[in-house]
Amino acid sequence: MTQETASTREIAFFPGCTLATSAKENYQSLAFFCERMGYTLRELPDWNCCGTSSAHSIHEEAAFHLPARNLALAPREGTLLVACPSCYLRLKQTQHRLLQDSEEHRRFESSWGTPPPDKLEILPFLAFLARLDLSPFFAEAGGSALHALRFAPYYGCMLASPASLPAQPSPSGVMESVLERLGAESCRWSHATRCCGTFLAAARPDIVTPRINAMMEAAAHAGAECIVTACSMCHFSLELRATRRQRMPVFHFAELLAMAAGIPGPQNWFKRHLVDPVPLLRRKELIA
Amino acid sequence: MPKGFSSSVQAREGDERAPREGIRLRGNKLSFINELREVSGTEFRHCLQCRSCSGGCPFVEAMDLGPSKVLRLLQLGLEERALENSTIWICVGCHTCDGNCPMAIDIPAIMDFLRQKALERNVPVPEPDILNFHREVLDSIARYGRTHKLEIMLRYKVRTGSWFEDLDAGLRMLAKRKLDLLPSTVRSREIVQRIVNSPRHGT
Repeated sequence: MTQETASTREIAFFPGCTLATSAKENYQSLAFFCERMGYTLRELPDWNCCGTSSAHSIHEEAAFHLPARNLALAPREGTLLVACPSCYLRLKQTQHRLLQDSEEHRRFESSWGTPPPDKLEILPFLAFLARLDLSPFFAEAGGSALHALRFAPYYGCMLASPASLPAQPSPSGVMESVLERLGAESCRWSHATRCCGTFLAAARPDIVTPRINAMMEAAAHAGAECIVTACSMCHFSLELRATRRQRMPVFHFAELLAMAAGIPGPQNWFKRHLVDPVPLLRRKELIA
Repeated sequence: MPKGFSSSVQAREGDERAPREGIRLRGNKLSFINELREVSGTEFRHCLQCRSCSGGCPFVEAMDLGPSKVLRLLQLGLEERALENSTIWICVGCHTCDGNCPMAIDIPAIMDFLRQKALERNVPVPEPDILNFHREVLDSIARYGRTHKLEIMLRYKVRTGSWFEDLDAGLRMLAKRKLDLLPSTVRSREIVQRIVNSPRHGT
């Protein structure tokens, strides 16, 4: 590990609006963890919003051109790490369409003065993690960094395979296998791949609230003490719309990784959670 | 019989001995489905009506039809009904449906098309709150290049006149600095603005 940190490599990074604002704690923990794994995140300069569900919903052209501008800013080759699964999908779909459609390919080049980055590999965080050699990390963190923390792994729509894209390797099980090596215990449950509702959490809370509550019930029923998600949007919906009396803490996956990697003062960013996870972590004697 | 149809019933009326004809779409209906196929890049006619999409849809109970029925309406040429339902608005594009679809139909792309067609034709939107929310998000991207959650929520509340609903959630978010007061912005904002303000259907 020490050797690796001595020679960190830069990796292009697309944070997306949620990590840049409401989920800064996810950004910080992700950056810390990647640094410890030997990668310095280099934010795409002047990136813009991918357009999110709203562009797709009512403005197809923007849904294509907003991610396209980001691709114009991206390195021509190598890897672009994307933290948000939704941004990932938008960027990937746009790159795929540019590869398929020679007319759009030509238009891209005349608009942005550079050809689309055909060789760039756009990589979601879980796929990136699955490729890393984590044995030094496990060795250093030890098998009890997250000792006996019972969690429900939540993937949301991340495991869905959109018909418009070539089949991708599924990140199913990545969170469980990594967290179990750190001493946590995963709970099998019914809602691991149930969509969080994204914009409906804001526009139609009446639809989302009962579903999130049912999700929390299911997690508690499965014996979980917390939910772990790798998507900041899911994190937001889950924390915001849970109205059960016993609200269950929700962790960003990277927070637990960063904690196990020894990030100083995790309590500082846990303050940003709507459901305070500190009492749980104290009870489990995982933080001071 | 809706316009644009010829059906087995008509064929039999014309000639007792004529072979039965299936449902054939003609004229305007054909141009609509051809546009749908071209824009969405997917083939809804392959739908077998197995209903795996509706069965797996996490929000089907909140919808009036569910995805499989919307596809059926399209197959039957009932495009008006395919445009006026709540299903196309409640769909969040989570891709559970097309992941389940044995025919790999890109159902979210069909929903995207139908929504925008509905706006283009000024079809009354049964989910105005959802449309308003999308508009606020796009306005925010046009202003800052990125989404500014606080402003989106405030303007959305003003637009929908729902100031005090959800106040508790809003205050909790502010207290936890989930809603930053200042936006995160792009330097080349005018470029992003041009993209968002480029012509779009009916909005």
